[in-house]
Amino acid sequence: MYPGYDMPPADPRATRELRMEIEEFHADYCWTLDCGDIERWPDYFTDDAVYRITARENADAGLPVGLVYADSKAMIRDRAFALKHTQMYAPRSLQHFVTNVRVLEANDQHIKAQSNYLLLQTLVEGPTTIHQSGRYYDTFVRVNGRLLLKERQCVYDTVLIANDLVLPV
Amino acid sequence: MYSVNTVIGQPGSFAKERLGGTFDYRWPEEGLQYIPDWIYTSPEIYQREIERIFHGPTWNFVALEAEIPNPGDFKRSYVGPTPVVVSRDTDSSVHVFENRCAHRGVEFCRAARGNVKEFLCPYHQWSYDLRGNLQGVPFKRGIKGEGGGMPKDFRNEDHGLMKLRVARLHGVVFASFSKEVEPIEQYLGPEILKDFEVVFKGRKLKLLGYYRNELPGNWKLYFENLKDPYHATLLHSFLVTFGLMVAGSKNAVIADASGRHGTLASAKPDDVATAVGEVKNEMRAYREDFKLADGRFLNYVREFDSPWSVTMQTIWPNLIVQRELNTLGVRHIVPNGPHSLIMHWIMFGYETDDEEMTRHRLRQGNLMGPAGFLGLEDNEAIKFVQEGVRRSPSDRGIVKLGGDSMGTTRSVIDEGAIRAMYANYRETMGL
Repeated sequence: MYPGYDMPPADPRATRELRMEIEEFHADYCWTLDCGDIERWPDYFTDDAVYRITARENADAGLPVGLVYADSKAMIRDRAFALKHTQMYAPRSLQHFVTNVRVLEANDQHIKAQSNYLLLQTLVEGPTTIHQSGRYYDTFVRVNGRLLLKERQCVYDTVLIANDLVLPV
Repeated sequence: MYSVNTVIGQPGSFAKERLGGTFDYRWPEEGLQYIPDWIYTSPEIYQREIERIFHGPTWNFVALEAEIPNPGDFKRSYVGPTPVVVSRDTDSSVHVFENRCAHRGVEFCRAARGNVKEFLCPYHQWSYDLRGNLQGVPFKRGIKGEGGGMPKDFRNEDHGLMKLRVARLHGVVFASFSKEVEPIEQYLGPEILKDFEVVFKGRKLKLLGYYRNELPGNWKLYFENLKDPYHATLLHSFLVTFGLMVAGSKNAVIADASGRHGTLASAKPDDVATAVGEVKNEMRAYREDFKLADGRFLNYVREFDSPWSVTMQTIWPNLIVQRELNTLGVRHIVPNGPHSLIMHWIMFGYETDDEEMTRHRLRQGNLMGPAGFLGLEDNEAIKFVQEGVRRSPSDRGIVKLGGDSMGTTRSVIDEGAIRAMYANYRETMGL
């Protein structure tokens, strides 16, 4: 549960098509990240977007820290830029999986949805490991017909991180 | 991946780990300008470190008082690799004891944090008070008509939990297995105490949250990293690219008299903030097109009575105090065998922070932590070092920068702080 996302889900019959649209969004988002096209990652967000990745223990205790903390698209863009141009890290291959999409609320203002995510990582000469398992708490808005994220809270179960989290989820 | 996921290079696959047989552990005769690989790879050395350092005359960070504010509050913690419980009694005193039931050895405290009236072992329901004294032993006198129970001379007082000494300094809780270790202020020494007090003295902390990670490298590598100012602009190109390290910053590498503790300090020139344009000509790595879209998070709010805008303290053997501009935190090192270390990060602000200051700290937190612009690169580099020292035929590294300087230096192109740390280490370890 996450504050603001603890309502019972919307009637799935009424939101079936919207759910499919959200799943298409996830597939596209994951593909962008998996391809390493990090500079396209900010395109999924609104200008005033909030993006936070935090451990479940922080979310449960209402603690505000983020492993990654952005409260503007500009900050998201800066992270993408730094990852592309300044950060040193060992080469890796990533696969993001998003499932269990539940539409919580849909109205003229926004669409709230919740889903599970899994990040598999493969380092050079390493096995493929479950690098992070977590939940998305998303608020979408429609801009020119397109779904964009106004808020994405990524709450991970994998509290003990294997070394570091280099690329976003 | 975690160190246990290693497919190639399993623990024990290299002779350099010195498993079995006898090996004469002698430091290279050339002295402190050389570091032998076996200090990072040998399980025997690791065992000696636990005995002489973590269980020896040292003060080990275990908690912030802000984590356990109320009577009955507790948290799981570690001294070296040894699990302990930190608990606040009803009289507000703080106690640290082993997380191990006196009966059969159950690690009874499972929740990371919480509040209880007593500690209960789930196996046979033995109960302990908030100080670790044994209280209740079910069926202590047996069952009527059946006999059994503890021997007549069984006394609870003889079967309490092993207790550690506790020192509380400005809201930071330390513990020690040693009866001999000097008082905490003396242990830190005046140079280190000074910058420690800037962060903690007279402050009520407000917890912002936790990070935890496993680094596949020896615990000492993390200490070295923060006694190594040399790598700052070389590894962390973010610093130069976005104008955080500016020509004209003052720097200092401060060590205490023993050489085991240290502070890496730097000061931004007064008018820098994000006015990078004024100094860009002086910075070779600065590029016009490399600009932050939202540079707010690099602002420095002058909230401390200190000439430094950054102090990174290494407090031997398990604590880092981070004051990086306005992002504040402690990092608790838990050694996990020679090839692995676990880090618990506790990020905080102050009760006096308004909402905007808190948000500023949270934004600035992007610099540090396991996904930090600076943080993640250190973690990567440490992993590379451990892989290199374990698998290579060469058997030593060099720390020659600064010649034979030891301890406090003004130059950042100097490895004197690392040499001082190992001078102290060799004495403690009998190497």
